[in-house]
Amino acid sequence: MSELKKTALYSEHVRLGGKIVPFAGYEMPVQFTSIRQEHEAVRNHVGIFDVSHMGEILFAGKDALKNVDHLVSNHIAKIKPFRVVYSGLLYPNGTFVDDVLVYRIRDDEFLFCVNASNVDKDFAWMKQNVSGDLRCENVSDRYTQIAIQGPDAGKVLQPLTRTDLNAIAYYRFQMGQVAGIDALISRTGYTGEYGFELYFAPEHAIRVFQAVMESGAPFGITPAGLGCRDTLRLEAGMALYGNDIDDQHTALEANLGWVVKLEKDEFIGKAALVEQQTSGLKRHLVGFEMIDRGIPRHGYAILANGTPIGDVTSGTMSITLNKAIGMGYVASGFEAPGTIIQIQIRDNRVAARVVPLPFYSRTR
Amino acid sequence: MSYPANFKYTKDHEWLKITGSVGVIGITDHAQHQLGDVVFVELPEVGRKYEKGDVYGVVESVKAVVDCYMPVAGTIVKVNSALESQADLINSDPHGNGWMIEVELADLSEMQELMDSVAYEKYLAENAD
Repeated sequence: MSELKKTALYSEHVRLGGKIVPFAGYEMPVQFTSIRQEHEAVRNHVGIFDVSHMGEILFAGKDALKNVDHLVSNHIAKIKPFRVVYSGLLYPNGTFVDDVLVYRIRDDEFLFCVNASNVDKDFAWMKQNVSGDLRCENVSDRYTQIAIQGPDAGKVLQPLTRTDLNAIAYYRFQMGQVAGIDALISRTGYTGEYGFELYFAPEHAIRVFQAVMESGAPFGITPAGLGCRDTLRLEAGMALYGNDIDDQHTALEANLGWVVKLEKDEFIGKAALVEQQTSGLKRHLVGFEMIDRGIPRHGYAILANGTPIGDVTSGTMSITLNKAIGMGYVASGFEAPGTIIQIQIRDNRVAARVVPLPFYSRTR
Repeated sequence: MSYPANFKYTKDHEWLKITGSVGVIGITDHAQHQLGDVVFVELPEVGRKYEKGDVYGVVESVKAVVDCYMPVAGTIVKVNSALESQADLINSDPHGNGWMIEVELADLSEMQELMDSVAYEKYLAENAD
């Protein structure tokens, strides 16, 4: 086991009383006060997350666009600079190398944001599959990334920047300054809440973080850990690589057909997905809520009428909705909302109901 | 929080308070603190018999699922059904209203094998994360 890495904000986490755990090769805060308190702060006010463990990979050059378009399942050629696209980075069989955000910085420059645990794998996969005139570089160590999430996120951030935050629509970004530091300001997040993600040079991490904390103090800004990041994203029905999506299930099975553009001329995984689309899916990722008492957890079996039909991929007690929720793969025929299933929780088969995703969406 | 001097404790972070041959059992303040927000508790049926060390119940926080172990052998005489709707009593009052089960002890001499509060606090200090 190699030495765990620390983000540039590690000392802030310790100073603020974060409970530090190993995660994806980093020492990261899982919580500061309690998962519930931090979760509620993000839903009702504002929270700040250090997500610097996430990886960044840069594509630049004449052939950058062609290569990004070849690597990912969503449309890239059609998007303009300053837009962000969520996409699958797929194997030829249509399963996931990773799920990624692609930032189009310029016509010929793209920044991928990838999962921390997949950085090396993704980068190796990309290098293996690119060709032509481009630079493809793992720039993960050049970025601190913080997420400011919650209904008050704009009020906290606006005093620190000249960039008009109201002018940044969802899944768009601007290059600007925050607390005097050059930053990529992105209207994205992994919480289902209004908010921003900032990318900037790590040497300024503490300065920017403290400026946001200070600006957020009147709004009760709360440092938030990975624990509530997981409960927030699950309520929002967002997939987590390693739980809900992986190299065993295709993008179509994962209910991510909306990021798969089969009308594109070509991308890695297209042929397999076209074939699967034609022949029909054998399983589907669905959301469900528990009818009887019990909390679904990753790996628990899903049954229907006593017969195994799949597995739970994520589950928790929803803090916002105050009921137990989960996602999992079920065999075709059991994916319709309203279908009654059972979750094997230890010795008990506990009734649950398939429901539409997301479980929670913010009121706009 | 202090650990009551009239309780006995285990290395699995269970407490036991004995009155005659009946013991009340719960998880310690240290255990609830490690778990974080408790959201679900699974309790055994009244009348069920357990050996020392058997799993009698499950406590789940948002993130974690942990088994609860019998500090002694015995038969369940009562469970704290309030926990079904208010699992967080384990966080707010672990040594009181957050109790889990009441047990008729099979062998009172097993009490001798448990730690007193001084020994438990020493154990916690020596095994601090």
